[in-house]
Amino acid sequence: MTDSRAQHGEHEISFTVNGESKKIFAYPMERLLDVVRLKLGLTGAKEGCGEGECGSCSVLMDGVLVNSCLVPVLQAAGTTIVTIEGLAAGDALHVVQEAFLQCGGAQCGICTPGMILASVHLLNRQPKPSMEEIREGLSGNLCRCTGYRQILEAVAEAVLRRTTA
Amino acid sequence: MSSHRIVGQSVPRKEGRDKVTGRSQYVDDMVLPNMLFGATVRSQIPRGKIKKITFGPGVAWDEFVIVSAKDIPGKNCISLIGDDQPCLASESVNHPEEPVLLLAHPDRHLLPQAVAAVSIEYDPLPAIFTIEESERRSEIVWGEDNIFKTYLIEKGSVDSVWEKADYIVEGEYSTGAQEQLYIENNGMIAAFDATQGITVWGSLQCPYYIHKALMAVCNLPAENVRVVQMETGGAFGGKEEYPSMIAAHAALLAIKSGKPVKIVYDRLEDMAATTKRHPSHTRHRTAVSRDGKILGGEIDFTIDGGAYLTLSPVVLSRGAIHAGGPYSWPSVRIRAKAVATNAPPHGAFRGFGAPQSLFAMERHMDRIAKTVGLSPVEIRRRNFLQPGQATTTEQVVREPIDLGKLLDRALEESDYHSKKKRFANQNQHGTIRKGIGIAAFLHGAGFTGSGERYLSSLVGVEGCADGHVRVLVSSTEFGQGTKTVLSQIAAEALGLPYEHVSMAQPDTLEVPNSGPTVASRTVMVVGRLVQSAALGIAQTLISSNLLHNGYSAEEFRTACQQYVATHGQLRSWSHYEAPSDIFWDDQKYRGEAYAAFAWAVYIAEVTVDLTTYGVSVGDFVALQEVGKVLHPLLARGQIIGGVAQGIGFSLYEKVVWQNGRMQNGQMTDYIMPTSSDLPPIRVFFEELGNIHGAYGAKGIGELPMDGPAPAIVNAVVDALGVRFDSIPLLPEDIMDGLAATSPEFGLVSAGGVR
Repeated sequence: MTDSRAQHGEHEISFTVNGESKKIFAYPMERLLDVVRLKLGLTGAKEGCGEGECGSCSVLMDGVLVNSCLVPVLQAAGTTIVTIEGLAAGDALHVVQEAFLQCGGAQCGICTPGMILASVHLLNRQPKPSMEEIREGLSGNLCRCTGYRQILEAVAEAVLRRTTA
Repeated sequence: MSSHRIVGQSVPRKEGRDKVTGRSQYVDDMVLPNMLFGATVRSQIPRGKIKKITFGPGVAWDEFVIVSAKDIPGKNCISLIGDDQPCLASESVNHPEEPVLLLAHPDRHLLPQAVAAVSIEYDPLPAIFTIEESERRSEIVWGEDNIFKTYLIEKGSVDSVWEKADYIVEGEYSTGAQEQLYIENNGMIAAFDATQGITVWGSLQCPYYIHKALMAVCNLPAENVRVVQMETGGAFGGKEEYPSMIAAHAALLAIKSGKPVKIVYDRLEDMAATTKRHPSHTRHRTAVSRDGKILGGEIDFTIDGGAYLTLSPVVLSRGAIHAGGPYSWPSVRIRAKAVATNAPPHGAFRGFGAPQSLFAMERHMDRIAKTVGLSPVEIRRRNFLQPGQATTTEQVVREPIDLGKLLDRALEESDYHSKKKRFANQNQHGTIRKGIGIAAFLHGAGFTGSGERYLSSLVGVEGCADGHVRVLVSSTEFGQGTKTVLSQIAAEALGLPYEHVSMAQPDTLEVPNSGPTVASRTVMVVGRLVQSAALGIAQTLISSNLLHNGYSAEEFRTACQQYVATHGQLRSWSHYEAPSDIFWDDQKYRGEAYAAFAWAVYIAEVTVDLTTYGVSVGDFVALQEVGKVLHPLLARGQIIGGVAQGIGFSLYEKVVWQNGRMQNGQMTDYIMPTSSDLPPIRVFFEELGNIHGAYGAKGIGELPMDGPAPAIVNAVVDALGVRFDSIPLLPEDIMDGLAATSPEFGLVSAGGVR
């Protein structure tokens, strides 16, 4: 999108996004979600509720799962951000993405980027979670299609693939 | 039958890779050059005359594009069944959140304050908000009597049955509004070009519904209206009719400004202004014999349609036809009515009237069981429809369905009998109560009665220049797996690998009208047409001597390439023709309501905590007969997802109304289940096949919405011994119910009426 506002009042903000250094101009209170989607063109993060309830806008900021709709961009200055676009290595999908495909973890797909990042975050903290821990770990991300079962199974499958790989 | 190579396999979801990598393009991901952002100014009151509109200070109004009803080039209505719903209110408003004005600006951040700066003065009129108020007719808010539609289904002579009855069992049941709560809010982009006309891209289910609505609003011929579906982030019926409204709004702003316009709702606007499941009220009065056989009964089924007609007659129809459940009724009289209130119109939501009337039926079966002194299992077993018997619309069951066997299997999978005994013992002490409940039900696949005949769907399959095959349908993907399953069907029919088939993007410029993606019709009806259109491609190639029977995939590819090189195009079309043995009488509402029914028995186990009054669902068994399962993984995903929504409908999702406006239109206060709220839902299929569907498939999408609510509430009643007949059933309702203690079987008794 072309932003008609002057750069006056905007701040220069630098961070690392999906491994690349980025420098953008933004108002300090602009939502990280809007900056990522509109200024960086990374539209994988979705707005579902705009109030941190649904988790569709989840990104990893310094390895922590955040709702990017609640993060003022100034707070992201100097951090390292990973969005869904940064997960696969070229054509090679991340093991969690593979598992979501195999287990039917994505239906309409709108919660999927956030759900996958939440799963990656969970597995980073806890490489071998129990089913109960997966349920708990993903409870901040809402999905209306799947009833979650096949998502939970996908995470379990990812664990299995990693340990047997 | 079992020689299928591709149907029956869980092949990879066609668009799966794009979805897991974030590459899928939803409408809000799309940006056009010079695009403006649109917003809607809505009514603040439920009913009144518009006196004056003032554009307040502090806004540079000359920078805004402003559209009112007088800017509409065509008819000021959203064409659907009736033409009563305005695109923009001009003289009066009939519900809160009714669109009055449209604004557009290049900077989306300036829109909220501009919307807030428009003030509308009204002469308020009295408004009504409930089914009871509407039926009382103290105010007439629609037509002459507040009634959108009535149906009467009559079978046998009910009036003579009461004197033969050993028991007369009465009950009243109600269900609340439910928000579809797709995670992607509604959105549309429109662009106008004086020669090509209007194009819209959006989140939607039914491209040709929007096409029709835009022709009327924009006063444009069919060829100057183009509708393109973007990847759609959930719909569940919620993107069946309201997208026509948003598309019309975006189109009007685009026409007036000459620039592309994007309208994307935020969550609050989406929840407050767009459609929800119809609230319902059902009254049962049933004559039952001493041995528990239903002799006949009356069912009054009423739904709240909101302020305009929209799809209420069709929702009512499906609700009415399903009201008798999967049981044999020697006689029945079903009176169904959709009434008007001053709430935003209620609309399509998975199940489409059936979850409401089936909740009543299945709660009522448990009440009958208590009255007669039989178990919930036995009362159902004694009344199940058998092959050769007729439904309430006198449709003879021709499938070899054995509901008793389905019930037996569900009882076994859920360990029903031993749990029932165990819970009864455990419930004697402590503060935890456990219960187990059953729901048996059916769901008709496809449009009701003559519906498919009127839709007259058209499907195309194309052999492309590079030799691959492309399916041309307006049927949309929004999570269910449309693209995957229709590709499987085409690949199966042609004997090609699944990867050699692609799906055209639903774009009215490219694809024929294969009907709306609703009513669990896609796989059964559209899939059957895809199958036959695909076969037409092979026939053409064979009759052109480019191919021989028993061809390989490579031979097909070469033949296809040769044909296209010579003739320019290779397309095959298939048109819906109603089976000759299907009869439906629209006047008497009698006959073959659906080409096929899916059948199911669900069993829920619940735990009620007497300290918090919270209910949690433990084990959940979902057993269904849905014909041939074409894609086991997707089918299981549909069932689990539907059950999850059904659990929300039963125990969590309450729309709080005040003067026709939703008060809790956010995800913080409208509560849907999270991953920690749901039990492991165990899914089982029986496969009987279906002569009308592609490779024996029936509809599947809506079925799982019908059973959870009655199974769960029956389980809560089993746990507590107190009756609950309304959903959503929240902890506060349980607390009140326990305080009032109306025992399940205290108020209904032999021959008596409470």
